[in-house]
Amino acid sequence: MKNQSIKKNLDWTCIIIYSALVIMGWLNIYSSSLSSVEDTYQKQLIFILLTIPLIFIILGIDGKFYEKYASIIFGISLLSLLGLFVFGKTIAGQRCWYAIGSFTIQPSEFAKAATSLALAKYLSDSQINLKEVNRQIQVLAIVFLPVLLILPQPDPGSALIYSVFFIVLYREGLPAWYIWTGFITILLFMLTLLLEPQYVILIALLVITIVHFKSRLSDRNIVLSTILFAVMSGFVLSVNYVFQNVFKQHHRDRFNILLGKTVDLKGIGYNTNQSEIAIGSGGWIGKGFLEGTQTKGGFVPEQHTDYIFTTVGEEWGFAGSLVVIALFVGLFLRVIYLAERQKTKFSRVYGYCVAGILFTHFFVNIAMVIGIFPTIGVPLPFFSYGGSGLWGFTILLFIFLKMDANKVNEW
Amino acid sequence: MRKLLLPSIIIVAALLLVIRIFYLQVINDTFKLKSDNNAIKIKYDYPERGYIYDRNGKLLVANQASYDIMVIPRELKNIDTLEFCQLLNITKEDFIKTIAKAKIYSPRLPSVFLPQLNKSEFAAFQEKIRKFEGFYVQKRSLRDYEVDFGANVFGGITQVNEKLIAKNPYYNSGDLIGSQGVEESYEEVLRGIKGVKYIQKDKYNREIGSYKNGKYDTIAVQGEDITLTLDAELQKYGQQLMINKRGGIVAIEPKTGEILALVTAPSYDPGILVGRQRSKNYTLLYYDSIAKPLYDRGLLAEYPPGSPFKILTGLIGLQEEVVDEQTSFMCHHGFSYARGRFMKCHGFGPHQLNNGIYNSCNTYFANVYMRTINKYAKPAYAVDVWSNHVKSFGLGDFMGYDLPTGKRGNIPDSKTYKRIYPNGGWRSTTIISNSIGQGEVLMTPIQLANMMATVANEGYYYTPHMIKKIKGASIDKKFTKKHVTTIDKKYFKPMIKGLFDVYNFGTASTLRVEGIDICGKTGTAENFAKIGGKRVQLKDHSIFVAFAPKDNPKIAIAILVENGGFGATIAGPIASLMIEKYLRKKITRTDLETRVLNISLKDRYAILGGMKEASAIETTPKDPNLKKTTQKIDIAVDSTTQN
Repeated sequence: MKNQSIKKNLDWTCIIIYSALVIMGWLNIYSSSLSSVEDTYQKQLIFILLTIPLIFIILGIDGKFYEKYASIIFGISLLSLLGLFVFGKTIAGQRCWYAIGSFTIQPSEFAKAATSLALAKYLSDSQINLKEVNRQIQVLAIVFLPVLLILPQPDPGSALIYSVFFIVLYREGLPAWYIWTGFITILLFMLTLLLEPQYVILIALLVITIVHFKSRLSDRNIVLSTILFAVMSGFVLSVNYVFQNVFKQHHRDRFNILLGKTVDLKGIGYNTNQSEIAIGSGGWIGKGFLEGTQTKGGFVPEQHTDYIFTTVGEEWGFAGSLVVIALFVGLFLRVIYLAERQKTKFSRVYGYCVAGILFTHFFVNIAMVIGIFPTIGVPLPFFSYGGSGLWGFTILLFIFLKMDANKVNEW
Repeated sequence: MRKLLLPSIIIVAALLLVIRIFYLQVINDTFKLKSDNNAIKIKYDYPERGYIYDRNGKLLVANQASYDIMVIPRELKNIDTLEFCQLLNITKEDFIKTIAKAKIYSPRLPSVFLPQLNKSEFAAFQEKIRKFEGFYVQKRSLRDYEVDFGANVFGGITQVNEKLIAKNPYYNSGDLIGSQGVEESYEEVLRGIKGVKYIQKDKYNREIGSYKNGKYDTIAVQGEDITLTLDAELQKYGQQLMINKRGGIVAIEPKTGEILALVTAPSYDPGILVGRQRSKNYTLLYYDSIAKPLYDRGLLAEYPPGSPFKILTGLIGLQEEVVDEQTSFMCHHGFSYARGRFMKCHGFGPHQLNNGIYNSCNTYFANVYMRTINKYAKPAYAVDVWSNHVKSFGLGDFMGYDLPTGKRGNIPDSKTYKRIYPNGGWRSTTIISNSIGQGEVLMTPIQLANMMATVANEGYYYTPHMIKKIKGASIDKKFTKKHVTTIDKKYFKPMIKGLFDVYNFGTASTLRVEGIDICGKTGTAENFAKIGGKRVQLKDHSIFVAFAPKDNPKIAIAILVENGGFGATIAGPIASLMIEKYLRKKITRTDLETRVLNISLKDRYAILGGMKEASAIETTPKDPNLKKTTQKIDIAVDSTTQN
């Protein structure tokens, strides 16, 4: 009886899109794995099959469970990240795996779901007002605790994902200037790398002056504007210093390639160049399944993981790329729509986190592959090879689908 | 409104991605090419080149295997360098140097370690090749010449140049192509069609299988064998006779236009331009600007033909009916054709056509020519009539034979004289040198041979050609098309009688071959060199034209010996010997043979060479200096020409 109602109440749109993405992902992994000696497609098939019992377990657990134990789950997740420093296995310079025999598991993939639960739990208290500085400090602590543990692994890609929580928090009442600060910081950073610092400062002065005199007389505050300008100038000047002295060479290279300042197709620019060639040679409808010459030749490094979208671009062309992007965007908007109709704040915030996390992965990954974002290791949800990633995203999504299905039962 | 931030960001971001992907995949079309360059390698399968045979089925040019030893530096393992070097007869330093070079080129890709080993060099190495990991052998096909003559006929094989690659998409860098001779003319027949294989590469440039299961691959088509009209024995004999002389011999079968022999001297063994020695030897030949061994004199040596041209003057006179066989002109050791103008002649007394020919009487032919030109009121018209008659023998233009080099020669017409004398005022006497093959008339040996073939045929010829048979295809139709001259058949009879009498009573009476009726004509080509800015006349080129037998002719021949002097001294004997060799396959006049073989003009050339080295050689020039030449030749005619 209960099972039936769950079946009826589950959002099948999300499940169909999810299944489509997983299957398409596997087909592309199959194609790209033909050039390598490893049987990655077989392993991925096992990972995919294992998601089925996983989904049943998640759906079988009572909907209240997640809200009740959110803090404990978060705590365990933080411990698992902390444990990496002692028991972690280092692969390719990154200490972010636990190894059990030949099987590896990446706790940071699960930490996103845990952090989302914790954030939802914290905000579900109707007394919480994010306009209060105290509350702001508390939510930021929840977001930054896992980031602090992930960054030194080092895994900047996973850490970057957490920035999306600001957009979730803004939805729940975080002041707008957080978003503005973030936006202006990124803008100033990129501009400083592109132009000389003095020009950026000049632009900042111009913008601040215009904003100052355009705003209402009562809002004008010459002290605030001056401080703003001083802070921005200081930031611009420090960016140069940080870029040259704090960043490592390979970080600088990634930015320089993105900005077109460096062209080194054989060396540091190899990945991006080969991945652009693979995608660019796909044309309107692609070269056909298993016919991608770049894919067959194994020209794109890490093609089955972070660069899996190149296979889509090469073998399925613009049409295939468009379908994949449309499916993703459909899923995100559907999840946001579901989130907005949740009756509890807990599940609404959690749903927002799910949409935000999936979207950030999607955007950063594809933007990197097509050469408009610096090279950074972020998987494409449901597509990229890897058990931890697939399960992490599956758990993230299906916890929300369970909550969504539960809302009717709650009455 | 805070609800809208995330959906807006998602939509804007997705649009950004779609635009960028659209740019990469649809707008920017350079990636397709880059991807092909990246991942697809084209491999060619070169078919074996067709063989070349002579008219009697004798194999002249075949192929030989040559072996390149290749190395992949990365795969080198525990090699006994000492043994390796001994086997290939190289030093250890060479070994180290070559491997280092190969490594710089690519550690993963094969480089040529030692090119073009021959079979015996390779045999010793072959047994032990398994011991040398990282080395392998690539077989290539090179030409193998079965004979040591005929280099100018065969031509050779060379690497295709960039210009041709740009023009002809069939060829790729490093491909071999026929150059000069029949190798060039019949390149497409001989080479076959190379097979193409598309191979999928991986990022290390290794081959990982065929592209699209060989959907676009093609199979190589074998090159076809060709049979030449050349008579190997005659060609060889001609080259022997020309040793220590410079010049050319062209022999044609009149009934078919088939070229029996095409000799140029000095020549070289075609085998020296094969394999490892090719570039060194070719450079030597190329820079020999004095003996010019690469210059095919049979096709390219353009000179005023002298007396043999009188044959045409006579035939045209008969055709235009300005003279008949009995018309007689008085010769007084020459002929005063205009006030103060006198053409010398060794003859004396009355001359008709017959003795005009066998005595080669300048007076007789100058008179015939004057009558021909004066037949019409306007000399311009008359010259064109005359010129058309001459051109109907295939002269004054490229003949259309199947060898890649040639010269037009020159047969003047009214336009020529309009250019030289823009103000007019020229008459038959002005251009009278044409009558005896001087003046503006220029011919090459092959044109002379073709003229004799036409006379032998009594008024027709086939375009001379070198191809007899192509396996599996027919030869070009233009070689089986009969060209008929404007001279009626009946006028050839008395001319042939005159040419026969050259051997009976005339300038070649000492060159008779018992039992073979030969018709021939001696000739002398003047030539000049500019030495120290002054125009100096050099020793005449010796010319002889002939055909035989008189009835049912089987061979027509033209011979040019540079600076050989009077036609009957060197060129004449060579003609007799060549004709006898071809018709009888053996030589009865061994005295003549020995004499010719022993003639060496080396000393003469050494002197001339010394003179010419001082300044560029100037043979009779063409158009730009025509006027000047004409005047000079007028003077020359006055003083010397007659035979």
